[in-house]
Amino acid sequence: MTTTSPPTQLAAPTEPRARRSRTRNRSEWKGLAFVAPFLIVFLLVFIAPVVYSVYLSLFREQLIGGNAFVGLDNYLALLADPQFWEGFGRVVLFLLVQVPIMLGLALVAALAIDSARLHASGFFRIVIFLPYAVPAVVAVLMWGFIYGDNFGLAANLNDWLGSEVVTPFARNWILVSIGNIVTWEFVGYNMLIFYSALRVIPTDLYEAAELDGAGPMRVITGIKLPALRGAIVIATIFSIIGSFQLFNEPNILRTLAPNIITTYFTPNMYAYNLSFAGQQYNASATVAIVMGLITAVIAYVVQLRGSRKEER
Amino acid sequence: MSIARSAARRTLSVVAAAALVGSLAACSAGGSDAAGSATDLDAALEAGGKLTYWSWTPSAEAQVAAFEKAYPNVDVELVNAGTNTEEYTKLQNAIKAGSGAPDVVQIEYYAIPQFALADSLVDLSAYGLDDLEDQYSASTWGSVNVDGKLVGLPQDSGPMALFYNASVFDQYGIAVPTTWDEYVQAARDLHAADPTKYIASDTGDSGFTTSMIWQAGGRPFGIDGTDITIDLADEGTQKWTGVWNQLVQEDLLATTPGWSDEWFKGLADGSIASLVIGAWMPGVLESSVPDAAGDWRVAPMPTYDGTPVAAENGGGGQSVVKQSKNPALAAAFLRWLNSDPESIDIFLESGGFPSTTADLEDPDFVGLDYDYFGGQKINEVLTQASKDVASGWSYLPYQVYANSIFGDTVGQSYANKVDLDEGLADWQDQLVEYGNSQGFTVDK
Repeated sequence: MTTTSPPTQLAAPTEPRARRSRTRNRSEWKGLAFVAPFLIVFLLVFIAPVVYSVYLSLFREQLIGGNAFVGLDNYLALLADPQFWEGFGRVVLFLLVQVPIMLGLALVAALAIDSARLHASGFFRIVIFLPYAVPAVVAVLMWGFIYGDNFGLAANLNDWLGSEVVTPFARNWILVSIGNIVTWEFVGYNMLIFYSALRVIPTDLYEAAELDGAGPMRVITGIKLPALRGAIVIATIFSIIGSFQLFNEPNILRTLAPNIITTYFTPNMYAYNLSFAGQQYNASATVAIVMGLITAVIAYVVQLRGSRKEER
Repeated sequence: MSIARSAARRTLSVVAAAALVGSLAACSAGGSDAAGSATDLDAALEAGGKLTYWSWTPSAEAQVAAFEKAYPNVDVELVNAGTNTEEYTKLQNAIKAGSGAPDVVQIEYYAIPQFALADSLVDLSAYGLDDLEDQYSASTWGSVNVDGKLVGLPQDSGPMALFYNASVFDQYGIAVPTTWDEYVQAARDLHAADPTKYIASDTGDSGFTTSMIWQAGGRPFGIDGTDITIDLADEGTQKWTGVWNQLVQEDLLATTPGWSDEWFKGLADGSIASLVIGAWMPGVLESSVPDAAGDWRVAPMPTYDGTPVAAENGGGGQSVVKQSKNPALAAAFLRWLNSDPESIDIFLESGGFPSTTADLEDPDFVGLDYDYFGGQKINEVLTQASKDVASGWSYLPYQVYANSIFGDTVGQSYANKVDLDEGLADWQDQLVEYGNSQGFTVDK
């Protein structure tokens, strides 16, 4: 995003060199005191679990025979584990198809609401955002009823059409069904990110565009989309993380489609079932670390690419 | 998504952290291995104290209240820690963490070996509770004895029977099947007469499958300490798949997952016309399928050759966890819970099916009319089934895990409508691999 640097920075008083070095030590400690509450919580709930997961991933504990250090064996086993790669491939496919659709819809919605041509734009804004306020578990249960192919809406449609056309729980459609739920849940959230980015565009840019004779489409391509680039990068990164961490939706739908959604349907479900059903905490920690690394690398690449464009 | 993920991850790290504490505390975890006798139990009841009891049985609340009234010095805190696997996960975590486990816990028979093997349960023969053997049916007593240790007392039992919707059967002129061949034919006739109706619903249920293999004479799991054999292609297993493959491959089973809302609807409207299930089902039908009152009847489970034989399906008991600070008091509560007539009466009133022979043979219980079942004396059938349960069955010491991957393997055969033997072979491979990776010696 192009932001003008705040003028206060120029006016900030530059302290005399001598005084600064004299008080350096003390003020650093003072600063630490301010940061400490965050730092303690951060260390406790973020760093410690990561460190502990890494530690766990280097051991193998058996029901019989106890705990042993195994070095990188768990990682080697995971990299050769077809179940892990099947789940991983599934979330990558999900990412490549669902995220562009969801962000595209969110973008269109944000531009429409921002266009000032929409009546009752506040109403649309809240309605599109509303699904995000529904707890994910409730949302999935609700969609589960709609998808039900014996008694749900899908069944009614099939009765009406006279054949089994709508089969959301079939093997070929299950990922689409999940994608539909996720899109429904998160379009509003992403729309809000885009919309708030659109609101901070200085209005004089629009006035200048109007004076230059630019139409609404030209305003979108020339002003709005460039201004949205930062927001799009952020939303994409969030969505990549979300896709790799897909868990709630398939895990809840599993009770309705138990044979279609396996215990290793997504990497997160695999990690969950390894530890909670199989007591393979070490393998589970390894999945978590590997997925964390992959997610971090991909998110970083997206960010680099996004900011490189910005500099150009 | 991201919120859910971070929650899952947080849970994971809490578990992870708990596991660390567990390994640190491991040397002191098994410290309450006390020896005692029946008189110790009476003394413990007299002295009193506090106990925690995890259970999801509908009768637990009334039982605890009656117990506290009889033994005012004892304070029992009842916690519903979730139903079956949900509770086992919590129990497993608490045991691993070294604290937080209840004193007394409800565990189903299929899951008992898993906790017994990890040496998490108190051997109750130390308190003389092995003297109670005569009070329980042979199959349930066998289920709470693991490796020569008495690791729990039986509560309910689930000898299998055929529950069928008589109004649907009558409407289409279908006779109650007594053999599996007749059952398959009934399935064909019913579905042909009305394509919306199915003889049963089955999308692959590990508990059902293992019980059916049990009845067919299969004994796929052999356990001798940490030496295990798994043979999911033995004669009995193939006898069952021979029958069930026909139903799966000819599309004669509804594909409604068990215990879903749709399943209960199907039981009510007749589209699922029968259930082969444990004797605890009447209470569930009465409370969850009230609309079908009067329609359902109970018959003995069909057999392969006409010789009556049944299997257990579900059911469970209670155990004392080794973590308990007061195992004598816990054992005393457990003794009362599963052998005192007052407690068992409360249990029977809640619709439970007993494991105690005195009740299984009690004429009042056997002769009870059930309005829901059109006045049928269903306990005549069910108590006979209890006597017909085949012996010699055992579950794996990691059956909870085994059941969790049933859908990944056997479930695929159901979903693709192909030979169940393929799915069972796949299940076997994964169970062998898991067992060996966990330090067991597993042979096919």
